Amino acid sequence: MKLFRVFFGILAMSLFIACSSSDPDPADPNEDYIPTPKPLTVPPIFDRLLPPPIVPADNPQTVEGVALGRKLFFDPILSGDGTQACASCHQPANSFTDTDRFSIGIDGLEGTRNSMPIFNTAWNTKNKFFWDGRASSLEAQALEPVTNPIEMHNTWQNAVSSLQSDAEYPELFNKAFGTGNITKELTAKAIAQFERTLISANSPFDKYLLGEGSLTPQELNGFQIFMDESRGDCFHCHGNENSPLWTDNIFHNNGLDAIITDKGLGNVTGDPNHDGLFKSPSLRNLAYTAPYMHDGRFATLDEVINHYSEGLVYSRTIDPLMKAVSRGGVHLTESDKADLKAFLLSLSDPSFISNPDFQDPN
Amino acid sequence: MKKIVFLLAIAFAAIGCSNDDDGNNIPVTAAVSFNFTQNWGVTEITPSNYTSGVYENAAGNYVSIDRLRYLISRVELHKADGTTVSFDGYQLIDLADAGSLSFNPSESVATGDYTGISFVYGFNEEDNVNGAYPDLNAADWNWPTMLGGGYHFMQMDGNFDDSNGTSQPYNFHNGTARVSEGVFEQNFISFDFDQNFTISGDVTIEIAMDISEWYKNPLTWDLNDRSVNLMMNYLAQKDMQRNGATVFSIGAITQ
Ligand code: HEC
Ligand code: HEC
Repeated sequence: MKLFRVFFGILAMSLFIACSSSDPDPADPNEDYIPTPKPLTVPPIFDRLLPPPIVPADNPQTVEGVALGRKLFFDPILSGDGTQACASCHQPANSFTDTDRFSIGIDGLEGTRNSMPIFNTAWNTKNKFFWDGRASSLEAQALEPVTNPIEMHNTWQNAVSSLQSDAEYPELFNKAFGTGNITKELTAKAIAQFERTLISANSPFDKYLLGEGSLTPQELNGFQIFMDESRGDCFHCHGNENSPLWTDNIFHNNGLDAIITDKGLGNVTGDPNHDGLFKSPSLRNLAYTAPYMHDGRFATLDEVINHYSEGLVYSRTIDPLMKAVSRGGVHLTESDKADLKAFLLSLSDPSFISNPDFQDPN
Repeated sequence: MKKIVFLLAIAFAAIGCSNDDDGNNIPVTAAVSFNFTQNWGVTEITPSNYTSGVYENAAGNYVSIDRLRYLISRVELHKADGTTVSFDGYQLIDLADAGSLSFNPSESVATGDYTGISFVYGFNEEDNVNGAYPDLNAADWNWPTMLGGGYHFMQMDGNFDDSNGTSQPYNFHNGTARVSEGVFEQNFISFDFDQNFTISGDVTIEIAMDISEWYKNPLTWDLNDRSVNLMMNYLAQKDMQRNGATVFSIGAITQ
């Protein structure tokens, strides 16, 4: 204890001496520059039911940061040949995914995963991004596509120098971060700020919960099936009326394959018990996000529902919640299937895809 | 100059106060933390091994565990002078998240003699309010409204070998019991342990769950009879509550 105090005393001294020699340089006008704070607007249903959004302390939301991030997200300047933007595979009209089974990178190469929609990421309390959770923040995630050889296939050095020699970007970075000295980290921070503004919570089901709208008897019955452990039993992984993200944001094997070819989470953790586990996607905005699953194998929601109803396949890591796997599934009636689909579609939010703040600013 | 004076003041303060608690004086208050451990009889079950073992339950089913999460609330310590220290909050223990095995209340407690420890498994009726806890909502821990709402108390999922030796899933989920449409019955369990101990400094209290007890006492639970779709099964829910009464015990108290 005594030693610790002495140490603290010395530490305090040295800190003091250190900082007296680094007084702000009045010659640098940006030292004290503070961009305009712009906290996220929390929708009423999230405000009522969910924890506050997660914004990293070292990347606060600002007007200038979001504007820069939006411009970058839609700008092909980040790709190796200037042809592909983030938005090429993450289009507003598709709830920020695309319509391809596998997106195609600048060299015409196809990946093995379906592009993911982007919304409500500030409520991903587990902070695991990608189908297999390999990125631990949005900022870390944004670094990857730029250099991925089957996506934007660039180097960060090259991307940064394109931005630096652009007529507008140095000034926009200056406004957002108080420095015109562009780095990949600042680029990723700006993109992440824009992505955090992509909030979707205005579906017919949200309005129903808020008492501002009603659902059809079919949609309501579909919701009962979703919540019924002996029929849909979807709620254990995909949320419920009090968990309006419509995902648990964790990883499961939902019985797609007998032989696992893409190990998913298992590739990231190295644990064979994680082979074939993928992040549960949110069921919001399914009307715009086809095809479905990590490999885009299902073109329609009917195919998805048929999978859970009678297409389940056993593999060693299948989630025990896929309890009727020995019969292929719970065998929903045709009318239950139709109602379940109607309910799922009531989670889609047209105002999200048409939001003018989310469109291409360039 | 001002800086130097301030600096000396800090250094002096830091060194100067070092004599305060150097003696063997017992501090007036201490921090308490609760450490949740799990076992199957004599076998310890931890975040690093829970998915790899196979355990035999009282009915002779061979059981593996894929997921184990449970909720503890209303933790209290009872003092020798008859007063009670109640800790705010609740703890969702999840074996997939080692950090969740420790509950660290922000309140500190007085040092001295204690006679008991109590807590609630799940939420009592007053606390089990539909949608009331944002972090539990985000964790998708809710119990369906049509079954009485509120929250799960436990989710234990895995596989067992059925009487033909075939691996079958089980979903041992516990929460409010649904008697009939719109009629529900509380299903939490209050634990109240007599335990004499003295707190003389920061203390860690172990709360141990013997998972095998869920299947054993008083009722031998055969997964061949009841393994899935138990949430809406009133009898299954009440039998879990009965068997639950012996699953917890107080383990080591360390300081
Ligand atoms: C060639 C198409 C393509 C491009 C270009 C692309 N992405 Fe993606 N994106 C994908 C695919 C495919 C995935 C899923 C990959 C995986 O899980 O392995 C994905 C996943 C993501 C995710 C994870 C979402 C979640 O919920 O986990 C985010 C965020 C994202 N991309 C943002 C971006 C950003 C920012 C850019 C630009 C810097 C970008 N993407 C460029 C195809 C693309
Ligand atoms: C055990 C957890 C679990 C349960 C229960 C579950 N799902 Fe899923 N769901 C997942 C996972 C994990 C994925 C992604 C799997 C993959 O791509 O490999 C998924 C994918 C989906 C998708 C595709 C979404 C997209 O954007 O690609 C839909 C739709 C869906 N589930 C609906 C349902 C419905 C309806 C039910 C109930 C009948 C249900 N799920 C039950 C875990 C679950």
